[in-house]
Amino acid sequence: MRNPYRTQRIAFFFLLLATLLIVVPVGLIVVIIVQKGLPAINWQFLSDIPRHGMRAGGIFPAIVGTIYLVTGAIIFALPIGLLAAIYLSEYSKDNFLTRLIKLAIVNLAGVPSVVFGLFGLALFVVFFKFGASILSGSLTLGIMILPVIITTSREALESVPYSFREVSLSLGASKWQTIRHIVLPNAIPGILTGTILGLGRAAGETAPILFTVAAFYLPRLPASVFDQAMALPYHLYVISTQVPNVDEKIRYGTALVLLMLVLMMNLIAIVIRYKFRKMKKW
Amino acid sequence: MRKFKEIIIEKLILICGLASIFFVALIFIFLLKEGIQVFKSVGLFKFLFGKSWYPISEPPQLGILPLILGSLLVTAGAAAISIPIGVGCAIYIAEIAPLKIKEILKAGIELLAAIPSVVLGFIGMVTLVPLVKTVFHLPTGLTALAGSIMLAFMAMPTIVSIAEDALYSVPKTYKEGALALGATQWQTIWRVMLPAASSGILAAVMLGIGRVIGETMAVMMITGNAAVLPKSILVPVRTLTATIAAEMGEAVVGAEHYFALFAIGIVLFVISFAINVTADLFLHKRE
Repeated sequence: MRNPYRTQRIAFFFLLLATLLIVVPVGLIVVIIVQKGLPAINWQFLSDIPRHGMRAGGIFPAIVGTIYLVTGAIIFALPIGLLAAIYLSEYSKDNFLTRLIKLAIVNLAGVPSVVFGLFGLALFVVFFKFGASILSGSLTLGIMILPVIITTSREALESVPYSFREVSLSLGASKWQTIRHIVLPNAIPGILTGTILGLGRAAGETAPILFTVAAFYLPRLPASVFDQAMALPYHLYVISTQVPNVDEKIRYGTALVLLMLVLMMNLIAIVIRYKFRKMKKW
Repeated sequence: MRKFKEIIIEKLILICGLASIFFVALIFIFLLKEGIQVFKSVGLFKFLFGKSWYPISEPPQLGILPLILGSLLVTAGAAAISIPIGVGCAIYIAEIAPLKIKEILKAGIELLAAIPSVVLGFIGMVTLVPLVKTVFHLPTGLTALAGSIMLAFMAMPTIVSIAEDALYSVPKTYKEGALALGATQWQTIWRVMLPAASSGILAAVMLGIGRVIGETMAVMMITGNAAVLPKSILVPVRTLTATIAAEMGEAVVGAEHYFALFAIGIVLFVISFAINVTADLFLHKRE
């Protein structure tokens, strides 16, 4: 008879191997980018416009463009997402409509990013005639990150104990007063986490901004929301595939700045979540 | 007055609650509005199964079979790599790893999920592509295989986190029962935990595959972008997503090419819709 403990050892070995096959490459990717990108990072790289057909100079307009886009996306998505989360957690009943809303959120989260790009092009750029602009790009990104914000905010709202609401209602507060003064303040860290995760997601996406805002090369800062803008992820795509003979250092440097921006946001979100869990009063 | 204000606010909340449905419908309507013309002029069957994609020749040939096969090939490769590794990792995290290591591993997986696809594409270009080229003695490393490997990494965070959730939500009593009957830890996992979590794991796999089919930037940078019928996994291919991303910049608004790219968008939307609805059914079956 086979020894079950030997089988177990073999099985566990393979499971560990599978885990290492994911974790080690992730570590390697980050190490490679940091190692090769760090020498490129200096004040000039961060604050100068791209020069010599993007083969020299810095990436300042791309950084600023990304910040504009992300800010625009969150201004659009946070109010809608938060109110949608309040609806799902406080008002919705267990019925067909709620089921449909949840299914729509799942589907919105699953729509391929390039399809968001197509949609943004058809609706904002062509139909509303916003043109390729920060406005079009921000709105497209905003719709894309809506599911992230709704899902995390809803979790945060639902984790506020039911007794809090009951006490407030029994003291004569109305439903909205209860939500506004009791539920929301207690859910803020969770909502913040979701918002920051959404920001990180929007900052890293390329496909949705390809046709809605991204400028191949724009050596100045955008002047209004109807202006095109450069963006970090698109800039990385351009200098790694579209422009020949770009110094490797610049490519790695751009990748590093983008990676750090996104990871920083995720880190902040994780820290907030962790602190919140520790100081939870219930 | 207060009552009136609250009614307004509650209506606003309801409207925003419906926003997701509204946006999904809006996306579909606008894709359809731009793409439907191609189904009329070319015909749905010829569009889906036409063997040549020459959108700017005269007259344009708009058959997306090479693109569909390109997407399928890359996706199948990515699935073959990411499913065993992803599910294995989920089992390790959920059942075997000590608490401290578990936290570190989960952070690592979250890190992977956070890396932008264009960064992964870039890293794939400078590391994986030359590697594939030398290992298989190919004229170019920009192949379906390289794309599959890179995409497998993008599917793994989805597969691992959802499969781990599924394992975690199996009632503790199942496990305790099996162990009490003298089963080893592995026998418990293999015979009890995995079957109990199977529908959740299936959903995890489907959502991972959905992620792969929709992935755009990395795939465009790595797979070589040749819109021909692929004969093996070691040749350049072009996927549905990459075609849209690469060609929309050149397509003239209102031209047949422009409409055809939207029609590809409809195909992608329908695929992702089908995958997400089915995966959702599996996830709810568990509850």
